[in-house]
Amino acid sequence: MDLNFTPEEIAFRDECRRFFRQEFPEAIRRKVLEGQHLTREEIVTSHRLLNARGWATPNWPKEWGGQDWSPVQLYFYQDEMQQAGVPSPLGFNTSMVGPVIAQFGNLATKERFLAKTANLDIWWCQGFSEPGAGSDLAGLRTRAERRGDTWVINGQKTWTTLAQHADWIFVLCRTDPAAKKQEGISFILAPMDTPGITRRPIQTIDGGHEVNEIFFDDVVVPAENLVGEVNKGWDYAKFLLGNERTGIARVGFSKARLKRIRELASLEHVGSHRIIDDPKFREKLSAVEIELKALEMTQLRVVAGDRKRDKGKPDPASSILKLKGSQIQQTSTELLMEVVGPYVMPFAMSDEGSGRNETGYGPDYAAGAAPAYFNTRKVSIYGGSNEIQRNIIAKAILGF
Amino acid sequence: MDFDLTDDQRLLKDSVDRLIADRYDFEQRKKARTEKDGWSRAMWAQFAELGLLGLPFAEEHGGFGGGPVETMIVMEAFGRGLVLEPFLATVILGGGLVRRLGSAAQQDALLPQVAAGKLLLAFAHVERFSRYDLSDVQATATRAGDGWVLNGEKSVVLHGDCADKLLVTARTAGGRHDRAGIGLFLVDAAAAGVSRKGYATQDGLRAAEVAFANAPAEAVLGDPGGALPGVERVVDEAIAAICAEAVGLMQCMHDITVDYMKTRQQFGRAIGSFQVLQHRSVDMLVALEQARSMAMFATMMAADEDETIRRRSVSAAKVQIGRSGRHVGQEAVQLHGGIAMTMEYKVGHYFKRMTMLEMLFGDADTHQKIVSEMGSLF
Repeated sequence: MDLNFTPEEIAFRDECRRFFRQEFPEAIRRKVLEGQHLTREEIVTSHRLLNARGWATPNWPKEWGGQDWSPVQLYFYQDEMQQAGVPSPLGFNTSMVGPVIAQFGNLATKERFLAKTANLDIWWCQGFSEPGAGSDLAGLRTRAERRGDTWVINGQKTWTTLAQHADWIFVLCRTDPAAKKQEGISFILAPMDTPGITRRPIQTIDGGHEVNEIFFDDVVVPAENLVGEVNKGWDYAKFLLGNERTGIARVGFSKARLKRIRELASLEHVGSHRIIDDPKFREKLSAVEIELKALEMTQLRVVAGDRKRDKGKPDPASSILKLKGSQIQQTSTELLMEVVGPYVMPFAMSDEGSGRNETGYGPDYAAGAAPAYFNTRKVSIYGGSNEIQRNIIAKAILGF
Repeated sequence: MDFDLTDDQRLLKDSVDRLIADRYDFEQRKKARTEKDGWSRAMWAQFAELGLLGLPFAEEHGGFGGGPVETMIVMEAFGRGLVLEPFLATVILGGGLVRRLGSAAQQDALLPQVAAGKLLLAFAHVERFSRYDLSDVQATATRAGDGWVLNGEKSVVLHGDCADKLLVTARTAGGRHDRAGIGLFLVDAAAAGVSRKGYATQDGLRAAEVAFANAPAEAVLGDPGGALPGVERVVDEAIAAICAEAVGLMQCMHDITVDYMKTRQQFGRAIGSFQVLQHRSVDMLVALEQARSMAMFATMMAADEDETIRRRSVSAAKVQIGRSGRHVGQEAVQLHGGIAMTMEYKVGHYFKRMTMLEMLFGDADTHQKIVSEMGSLF
């Protein structure tokens, strides 16, 4: 039992650190760390810098551009990227549709999409949730009917993140209404400019525009746009959601966030003393750091696979990563607001052109604080809410 | 970076786990508490036979040559067994102090006896007003001829009632809170001028109030004015050890609670079928796993030569253990209901031991303050 990495692992970490801190635009990294939204152009720029090195899709199969990294390498890649404020490669492309196509698609589908998906030449969005199918995703009702050589899609999707930038959408559709809930679902791809697809932006409480509703009204796509087999879409969705195990805790991001809070707490004063010199504030900050240190160790336990002796059984440690990681992200934004103080109040609608929500009042770091707090409430809701995570743990780990 | 045990460590774990599973059930423990010392001398002899009493000592002292990981393995198992015997007092604290501060001759004289199970030690340090401040020492040691005599009172000395010899901190110079001027003295518990009042503690273990009135010291260990850094180091090692014990306790409380939820019937079904209770048992698991991670962290950092890093890491772990332990303990009682309030049921005893470990060597708030004053953990 020890915490020392091999010289090769350390060299890899240092290379990640150098690459992320020196070869990515400072302005983008700062926006990420302060909780500002990025523009489409900024996301594309950053994603392509990664892909130019083959680092946008490290966990894809090697023949389709993956890196075949060890769990430790993957850990350092994510941790250093998050700490540097480099935006993760677009997850819809690299963690979701890409791996599904690589695993289940036929050769024609792979050749048609994978390289463009890796380079963000195609921007994907995710058509999963519906107004009536949130935590109960298998209750989805959007239908695809086979007509000749086409699929005809009717229904509605929601919470479709960054669909305003997307070229394509991957849609879970009910293709066998008579089958049991999970068994009649298929995974279908559609260009966003197909006639019959309309998009309505949803403004979130932080003032930003990340999510949308998507309406499908007799949307016709070629039969070949089905991925894998018909009625197997639920299996693919489960594969996709289970794809990322450790990055989801966002330990690196929270480290950077807490560091930033510590810096700001040295700039802001209460009376004659700095906030960081207030024992009560310092103890609150330190309490979150301890939780994060524990989570980092938990993540390392998963990385090291300390329970590899029991392969079939899920590692209890991995199941708590999302639960605890989301709580820490949320608590951190409370501290961020507390440090900023009265200047959390001015509100500005996020400007989609610049991605900034500057208000023109107070210090420049103030404007992002309340939006970050409001926006971060989402992390315990999306990707399987924390209550769903608890259901999963209760069933899979505790055997209820 | 790995969290695996070596083959030797796994062997140790297997044998300690087997001992606790086979020989340390709840009824046997109850019986041991009624023995004269409040614990079992026969069990102590078994620990000696297994090599556990020399666990951290060098082989030339009859020891096992184990490090913090070996201690963690044993303490976690002892947590599961709710072990009553004075392992922490004699081996980790007493033996640790002799090892860190004693001369080669003192180590040669004392450690083999401890390892053989023939010598019980206790660490007499806490005083009525010192609470968790290790530098707050008012007991005094003064020169008398070639030796030293001690005066003062020590509080809540773990297993101080049965110890053969006491390791006593006393001031040889300086004021009440000065870091310099503290010495560590070996005192025969039967010496003139030593009086002890033993009592049971909340967790079923034993402690004593010890008073020294011109009591002669048998020896001084190390620099008579410079014992504090060594004492701090041993206390940090002891904190790492009780973090592991706490993980054993929490694991048992969680296991027992989940089992109980699956069998206890109310409203015509197992209470474990209720989602609100399932979720609470999941939150216990999260608290347990976070605590386990930090107990491992403390284990790996307890031997760090950099005092600042060691101190900060161990304190951070104690905070997590304290917070997780309180959560897991209270929930274990609540999810059981009335049965957990009784002395006849096991969970209450885990809860009581956990609660004492929360307080031992500093509660969560005390260590939170220490960590926060040392800057960022990252």
